[in-house]
Amino acid sequence: MLVSEQKPLEEILHSLDGDGTVFLLGCRGCAEASHTGGEQEVRTMKANLEEAGKIVSGWTALDFLCQKALVKTGLQAFRDQILASDSLLVMCCGVGVQATAAVVDKVVHPGCNTLSMGGAQGEWRGSERCAECGACLLDYTGGICPITACTKSLINGPCGGARDGRCEHQPDVRPCGWQQIYERLKKLDHLDKLREIHTPQDYAKAEPPKALRSTTFWALEHVEE
Amino acid sequence: MKSGSNLEKVLTEGHFAVTSEMGPPKGTSADFVRKTAEHLKHCCDAMNVTDNQTAIVRMSSLAACAILRQMGIDPVMQMVTRDRNRLAMQSDILGAVALGIRNLLCLTGDHQKFGNHPTAKNVHDIDSIQLEQMIKTMRDDGLFMSEDKISGDVPIFIGAAANPFADPFEFRVLRLAKKIKAGADFIQTQAVFDIPRFAKWMEMVRDQGLHEQVYILAGLIPMKSVGMARYMKKYVAGLMIPDELVERMAGTSDAKEEGVNIACELIEQIRDIPGVRGIHIMAVAWEEIVPGIVERAQLLPRPIV
Repeated sequence: MLVSEQKPLEEILHSLDGDGTVFLLGCRGCAEASHTGGEQEVRTMKANLEEAGKIVSGWTALDFLCQKALVKTGLQAFRDQILASDSLLVMCCGVGVQATAAVVDKVVHPGCNTLSMGGAQGEWRGSERCAECGACLLDYTGGICPITACTKSLINGPCGGARDGRCEHQPDVRPCGWQQIYERLKKLDHLDKLREIHTPQDYAKAEPPKALRSTTFWALEHVEE
Repeated sequence: MKSGSNLEKVLTEGHFAVTSEMGPPKGTSADFVRKTAEHLKHCCDAMNVTDNQTAIVRMSSLAACAILRQMGIDPVMQMVTRDRNRLAMQSDILGAVALGIRNLLCLTGDHQKFGNHPTAKNVHDIDSIQLEQMIKTMRDDGLFMSEDKISGDVPIFIGAAANPFADPFEFRVLRLAKKIKAGADFIQTQAVFDIPRFAKWMEMVRDQGLHEQVYILAGLIPMKSVGMARYMKKYVAGLMIPDELVERMAGTSDAKEEGVNIACELIEQIRDIPGVRGIHIMAVAWEEIVPGIVERAQLLPRPIV
């Protein structure tokens, strides 16, 4: 179980700057339970985006966006709408955003920040990992997380240690996360994203929020008072 | 003048700069620092002091730099983001300025796995680009990262590293541009052995006019033996050594002499590349060879500015 919160609408609109047509994707798993990316929230987002002048080419909420194979088959029915879109706004945890980015050759924007549960992970994850940092960066990095894909968690580009596209830390099993980010952004013709300098992360957000600790998301034995 | 450091003066006056580098001891000896620095003192404009290089614990760069200041040397304090968070870095920067240190080189740092404490937790609270930006804000606006006011000036000449040899190659120039935007005043590159690749990188740098926005010093590592050449080629992250140079080191009866020959040839070739403003010689644990190389490269005496 992963818990997410929606990014502020302002931040979402900023990330969609320049994208006229957007496809909306929600998740009927954890995001629905978190009230951040279920059908209802996707509908509300659709109205918000349309009010802001965006064209929403289509939308759906799938079961378990954390599973690449499910995402791929689930999106087949929306192929035309997606192809006609500039980007996708994915309203779920960081694993789901990355899984979507891995199967769709379109820019993928995260609609949520994933909150820290102190260690839990998505149910169906593959190679995608979310650190639940609470300040999702996937919008800038082509849907590949620099916090988890880079062994130094660098957020402004690669260190000088990568060779042949492999990480200096464990070249036999780890690709350089930033090489992957670079290649993906290049494929999407979005290398301009890498010119932005990202200010330091707010690591206070990487702690499980107090409000979350007093809910059943945190501990099943919680009893509402 | 941003810092008034000797290195800054040499570069702004248009001289071809020479910087060298020393690794502090795995111990407490100030004499070791002085002795090593004595070899290098007259043949460079500024001297880098590494910060727990290859993740091996050594005397702090700050302390060794302070010793160099006492000797009248202009130190370049290296700072890696691996070992400290934003609080520790800012307080060390204040201390460095108080001790007369005026140049700072911002680095990510090798992964702790390569050092003598592989089970350590790395920090990387901020990355090297954010470190440059932080120092620039401290210097130009007199503010900490938190936007609290700093009492006193923070005159620092901000350095950054660039690796023209690591992957992804095309991203390397983009990253340099980003470092300049973040605040870098000078660049010291990873050691250059592969001249064509370095020249290609410099061409891309010039195409974007970046060589006019930052002073670029090309890195150089003199090779002591064929074993060292092979080791670096195989194990040192982000280094690229052509086979031809390894073969030359293997085929000679005097490896040290051949290493010096290669170093001097490389300097000559580097000087021919437009936009390069100096060299940075990294001969850690072989510091005594540096004066000879600088002399043979006709870069002595160093300018007095």
